[in-house]
Amino acid sequence: MREFERTKIVLLVTIALVALLAFVCNRSPEFLQSRIYDILLGIGISIILAEGLNLVNGYTGQFSLGHAGFMAVGAFLGSAMSLGIAFPYLDGPTWAGAGWTVIFKVLQQGFAWLVNAFFWLHNGIIALSSGAPGWAKFLIALIYGGATAALSGLLVGVPSLRLKGDYLAIVTLGFNEIIRVIIQNAEPLGAQRGLTGVPSNTNFFWVFAFAALTIYVVHNLVHSTYGRGFLSVRDDEIAAESMGINTTKYKVLAFVVGAAFAGVAGTLFAHQKQYINPESFNFIRSVDIVVMVILGGMGNTVGVCIAAVLLTILPEILRDVAKLEWLPIWLREVAENRMIIYSLILIILMLARPQGLFGGWGKKKGAA
Amino acid sequence: MSLLSLDNVTVQFGGLKAVSEVSFSIAAGELVGLIGPNGAGKTTVFNLITGVYAPTVGKIAFDGKAVAGKRPYLITARGIARTFQNIRLFPSMTVFDNVRCACNMHLKHGISHALWRGAKVAAEEARIEAEVMELLGIFDLADDRDANCKSLPYGAQRRLEIVRALATKPRLLLLDEPAAGMNPTEKMELMKLIRFVQEKFALAVLLVEHDMKVVMGICERIAVLDYGQKIAEGTPAEIRANPKVIAAYLGKEVSPEPIGGT
Repeated sequence: MREFERTKIVLLVTIALVALLAFVCNRSPEFLQSRIYDILLGIGISIILAEGLNLVNGYTGQFSLGHAGFMAVGAFLGSAMSLGIAFPYLDGPTWAGAGWTVIFKVLQQGFAWLVNAFFWLHNGIIALSSGAPGWAKFLIALIYGGATAALSGLLVGVPSLRLKGDYLAIVTLGFNEIIRVIIQNAEPLGAQRGLTGVPSNTNFFWVFAFAALTIYVVHNLVHSTYGRGFLSVRDDEIAAESMGINTTKYKVLAFVVGAAFAGVAGTLFAHQKQYINPESFNFIRSVDIVVMVILGGMGNTVGVCIAAVLLTILPEILRDVAKLEWLPIWLREVAENRMIIYSLILIILMLARPQGLFGGWGKKKGAA
Repeated sequence: MSLLSLDNVTVQFGGLKAVSEVSFSIAAGELVGLIGPNGAGKTTVFNLITGVYAPTVGKIAFDGKAVAGKRPYLITARGIARTFQNIRLFPSMTVFDNVRCACNMHLKHGISHALWRGAKVAAEEARIEAEVMELLGIFDLADDRDANCKSLPYGAQRRLEIVRALATKPRLLLLDEPAAGMNPTEKMELMKLIRFVQEKFALAVLLVEHDMKVVMGICERIAVLDYGQKIAEGTPAEIRANPKVIAAYLGKEVSPEPIGGT
């Protein structure tokens, strides 16, 4: 309990430190253009994604394979906010000649109203924030990306969290694809072409301030009497219910918080790359994040953080290795295909250290 | 008025009536035993009371309000807590955290407080810690507070389950074979402990147990189940003398004349 109130100070100090580092980075324009800087930002984004998923997969024990879907929601809607893309309202059904199909038309009308309410909110925020300075606009885009992803997390979570284990994994995987396909068909969001010309707002400060915030939120949530509920859901759902814990609430909450941070990470990603394509938020991206969580040790904040760093650097190293001409050609081809390496890592890990590379680290005696 | 009452409760799984037309009631502060041969439906009755199953027919009322078919956490919130026949502790957590989880329900702070961690939350966490440590102290588990619950000896795990149930501040405690796997000395201690907490926290207790010494020793009243039906109810002395109960446990006497004849 001693450290109870210290976490707030740690967060503030970390953010101050990040601001200082960002200031130092900004002094050197060459560094901002360098590959190392790009990788650093990638690391921060990975940390946000992995820690968010760690709350769902690690601490709450709900195996989700759709994290990239929430990232996509944040990336596209956050970018739409930055680019000032307003959505055209949907038309209701034509009522003329409605026979018994009137039931479907009523449903269609209801759907149109719901979607238009969301569009109205979206367009309203764009109109309101149009005059704001660049950094404020970006902050709004980040929060908006996180909020919309959280909303989609709620929509996905409420029906699907009745399922367990493999079934939940399949359903979340399905939702990932649904979100991707919706974006691929949304003309205002660029459809198949994706969005280009997203402003380059992501920098060292935003990425690592949000990474620190993610770790703060997940750590504090879990390390409180309130948050022990997450662990109890993972350990034994029946016992948790019998101890007065609303397991559904905790599962949905974990899903929503995880999705929110994935949305923020998506917005940061979009404003780093300046170009986003629906294809880059596919199943493979979700697996990348899951591997980080498993490698770091499910429900181990420090371990997942280290794994996120390692697995973001690894593809970059592999890309360099693939360029080395003195290596045999087959080795270079293996290095070029990171999924082979990931699969190997996972197989070796499950055989040698099923608790994760860093499982058992950063824990107090027996504490989770 | 009775604290808990079951009225003609039946539950059916497919073609099997696991519990059929069972009625009984428990008064506040009473210690009632529920016995019966293996497969008689004792644990099913527990699962019905705590909301794990909903009864097919019949009413269950706690404190005058119907609880049948409600979600288990809502029933626990009304004041019914239980332990499990096959221990269901939270395996990844320490002894302390296992009990702390059960305090979750009575938290005044929510998610925003858990994140902000102001003075109020610190005070509440300190209060919870004191409460948990007091309960652990009663059950002689205070020294193990930071041990992983799975590293405890079996008897201590059973006691920890009782502590965890008590941390929800129940009015009715359901104990599902609390003495299973304990040696005679541990059983004697457990009996004393159950008596003690029953008086200290003014609890009603419903006890499922196979060890007749334990049941006859502490229960004020006993109900007997066989094949899902209540076959007897009464004081320990009455139950001991009831021919139906003896038949259920030991079988009927072989009839002196051969049936059907050859």
